[in-house]
Amino acid sequence: MNKTIKPLINGLITENPTFVLMLGMCPTLAVTTSAINGLGMGLTTTAVLVLSNIVISLLRKLIPDSVRIPAFIVIIASFVTIVEMLLKAYVPTLYTALGIYIPLIVVNCIILGRAEAFASKNGVIASMFDGIGMGLGFTIGLTSIGIVREILGSGKLFGYMILPESYEPLTMFILAPGAFLVLAFLVALLNKIRDKKGKKPLTIGTCDAGCKACPIENCKGRMNGSDKEDGKNE
Amino acid sequence: MSELLTIAIGSAFINNVVLSQFLGICPFLGVSKKVKTAAGMGSAVVFVITLASFVAGVIYKFLLVPFNITYLQTIVFILVIAALVQFVEMFLKKKMKGLYRALGVYLPLITTNCAVLGVALTNVTKSYDILEGVINGFATAVGFLIAIVILAGIREKTEYNNIPKAFKGTPIVLLTACLMAMAFFGFSGLK
Repeated sequence: MNKTIKPLINGLITENPTFVLMLGMCPTLAVTTSAINGLGMGLTTTAVLVLSNIVISLLRKLIPDSVRIPAFIVIIASFVTIVEMLLKAYVPTLYTALGIYIPLIVVNCIILGRAEAFASKNGVIASMFDGIGMGLGFTIGLTSIGIVREILGSGKLFGYMILPESYEPLTMFILAPGAFLVLAFLVALLNKIRDKKGKKPLTIGTCDAGCKACPIENCKGRMNGSDKEDGKNE
Repeated sequence: MSELLTIAIGSAFINNVVLSQFLGICPFLGVSKKVKTAAGMGSAVVFVITLASFVAGVIYKFLLVPFNITYLQTIVFILVIAALVQFVEMFLKKKMKGLYRALGVYLPLITTNCAVLGVALTNVTKSYDILEGVINGFATAVGFLIAIVILAGIREKTEYNNIPKAFKGTPIVLLTACLMAMAFFGFSGLK
């Protein structure tokens, strides 16, 4: 019981990929122009994450440690290709809406991060639930950002008009600058809450927080190293 | 010729890779504290993306298309990019020490940068030939370089500004990026 509930809660709340770990920011900014796109992207990523977690967990004792990252990437890329073909065949509208961001799921750090941090060390059932938890956590994040942007940007929710006719939609919110603006206020809000609880503020793209689940060990040392190098030069 | 110029301006300014397509957000926000490091990261990206779009273009045209296995493009491209970055790193380390010292630290970060895979895939979806693909890759990467250097410049200037506590760090960088995205929106008039 503990094996299934714990990873699930962990992904949904304690280590939510959007609101706590701040991972996978490219799709978070790019496809959240409407709630339905965010939901579609989240569920697509969840499918890939669950499948790759299961397979990687099954193969964890067979894959030699030195080539594990390339092996994980091949497994993930295969599932992305399969999911992409399925979407193209059965949900063509979503396939066109998400476009290039579907194959780019391969480089979404959540998936490689979970493969390295969880699936390569835990059993199949636990890994599956970790994938479901993380995936749904990501889906909730994308959908809620999508809801905010869709309401402000077009006055609609899941395609239905919900604001009165007199509301003038702020088109900026469904364009590129709106994505940055909504995320900026989201992070500021989360930081305010974290500050009250005495937690460190969130950061994106830096190794001390954003790369928490980053599998590339080199990344951490090298990035810190480069920062230090800069300090010395000055 | 004018067609190539249209592609170049389109990828560098109108559809800027970070500010309108959101590819490569992590290095954009993470490595933009100082202009010097930002320029280093940007140059490494220019180097890798130009090379990767050439190699990916060649492999697509002479391997994937003749054998009718274009559906494998995602898998092939990501592996080619990862291997390419490794080789570039080894080559620079051995043969070009100066360049390695300047760009070396950024190279491993670029493997997982979605901009590289994004460009390779865009070249295929827009059915560019190899030359057009390389031009598109180079211009996209130059767009990244411009964006990250401007952001780093602004961050250096505003580092000690008095801003609300909650907005310190990532939120203010995102707001800066928001204003930059608005400014870059003006380029869409160039079409």
